[in-house]
Amino acid sequence: MRAPAAAQSEATTAARLVKVLGGAGAVAGLAIVTAFLATKPRIEANRARAVQAAIEEVLRQPDRYETLYVVNDRLAAQPPAGADASRLEQVYLGYRGATAIGFAVTAAEAGFQDLIHLIFGYDPATGTIIGMRVLDNRETPGLGDKIVRDSGFVAEFDSVVLPLRGVKAGQGQDSPGEVHMITGATISSRAVIRIINNRIQRLRPLLDAYRAARPEAR
Amino acid sequence: MGELFWILLSAMVVNNFTLAMFLGLCPFMGVSARVETALRMGAANIFVMVLTSLCAWALNTFVLPHAPYLQLISFIIVIASLVQIVEMVIKKVSPALFRALGIYLPLITTNCAILALAIFQTTRGCTLVEGLVFAVGAGLGLTLALVLMASIRESSELADIPALAKGTALVLIIAGSLSLAFMGFAGLLSGG
Amino acid sequence: MKQSTAQEDLVRGIWRENPVLVQVLGLCPTLAVTNTLANSLVMGAATTFVLISSSLMVSSIRRWVPNAVRISTFILIIATFVTIADLVLQAVVPVIHKALGAFVPLIVVNCIILARQEAFASKNTVGRSLLDAVGNSAGFVMALLIMGTIRELLGSGTLLGMSVFGRHFEPWVIFVLPPGGFLTLGVMLLGANWLQERRKSAAGAA
Repeated sequence: MRAPAAAQSEATTAARLVKVLGGAGAVAGLAIVTAFLATKPRIEANRARAVQAAIEEVLRQPDRYETLYVVNDRLAAQPPAGADASRLEQVYLGYRGATAIGFAVTAAEAGFQDLIHLIFGYDPATGTIIGMRVLDNRETPGLGDKIVRDSGFVAEFDSVVLPLRGVKAGQGQDSPGEVHMITGATISSRAVIRIINNRIQRLRPLLDAYRAARPEAR
Repeated sequence: MGELFWILLSAMVVNNFTLAMFLGLCPFMGVSARVETALRMGAANIFVMVLTSLCAWALNTFVLPHAPYLQLISFIIVIASLVQIVEMVIKKVSPALFRALGIYLPLITTNCAILALAIFQTTRGCTLVEGLVFAVGAGLGLTLALVLMASIRESSELADIPALAKGTALVLIIAGSLSLAFMGFAGLLSGG
Repeated sequence: MKQSTAQEDLVRGIWRENPVLVQVLGLCPTLAVTNTLANSLVMGAATTFVLISSSLMVSSIRRWVPNAVRISTFILIIATFVTIADLVLQAVVPVIHKALGAFVPLIVVNCIILARQEAFASKNTVGRSLLDAVGNSAGFVMALLIMGTIRELLGSGTLLGMSVFGRHFEPWVIFVLPPGGFLTLGVMLLGANWLQERRKSAAGAA
């Protein structure tokens, strides 16, 4: 007598477990989707604003900019059909009036503690850096993180000619590629310089090819 | 190859999960009294982290592009279920291994280091191989921190410590010193 | 187990059973995000939201949840509220959300929250669970704020970004670095132990 009853109650419990978990899952899913849809416009606006502010800073207030995508080692104005644009490597081309003034490029490499993410403006016609801004870093507070806050160091990247060369404070001969490093944060300073040099070395052929193909981007 | 080595060392020492990022502190406080248990806990951690990395990669590749808002829920549910299934399998297949690692497996599921691994792997956009290397590095780092802590606690067992400082307070202060020592690894990877 | 009064439910979590200082739970966020007071505040607010909402939800549906899927249901509920908190922070305070990084989603595995569901909300009425959640949140936030104040004040010489000691203060950078977190909490636990010890011996003498 007991065995069938036990089996039956087991079956009902199993059904009940599935029902409870399924119900909870459905309610949870509904709540999450609602919150996601409600916050989505603001989150996307925040992100777009942050990207725009960074581009405007490193290209010194362009009138407008367009987003280019790196596809098969070439720059394209449109992402390939079906590709998720946000996952592609992007560079930005800024214009003042009808003339292109330079590319804004993001880069990330190892710093003192972890990756340093930064964005910089690059004028391919003269081979100079227009401006630089660190986007994200975990450098030592008070020392390495001066690469973000030290306005003197950030100003060093204002129209400096590639390839960049780091020199210690008070040294150097005022040659156009010199960047004065922060005392006490030499490794972080050097990392920023290395990141920009490496990035341009890799991207220059792509940028040049794009400019050659597009007369208005010269 | 250089890139993978960087990921491994970064996760293991420079950005050690426990001593630099404060992740996985519960086992660090709880099972660091004996070197033997610390080693087993570490091994179980490496194992679960590798599994987690695989799961996170699969979810990121096949599921989450269609439903990004499910990230957190799917990570936690998939990881917890998988660990439970693996636990059952190990129990069936190798009772010896289960006796060595088994009791730690359920503990690990709710360990923040595991979920953090999945989240970091996602925000950094790791490929499958990078994710696996990252998982092994992070797991080795946890093991290293656990074993170091256990060795210090074992040798301080007979020391004359004020009753007030026994327990967690002492562990935290030792952890502070270890963390200070691990700061010396910074700069190891920037090559400058 | 004797029935506790409403006042006990509320106050217990703040001091006598403070989740951080006495039970030593939820250490990851307590150490990781307390390098500035602003981060501590936002983390405290997000955790409070999740803990109170989850406790309300769990205590009101406790009758219908079978024992076997209890934990899974709790985790599902907690993860839902954390996802919502994460999205809202991202929309409202993007800068702080970025500073907290992965620690917002990691609220899911904050053991304080699951512990309150398992130990209290799943066995008690909605009203009492609310009191318990409020008390425990207050205890957690208190610990975060003490940590955040000490670390920001000594480590950067500021509070909420405003300079306190003037220009000539040389910050003890170590306090905003990881070792400073461990040491600060270690010393705080020593203090909490000492207070408890003193109270115990006072009670013994009386």
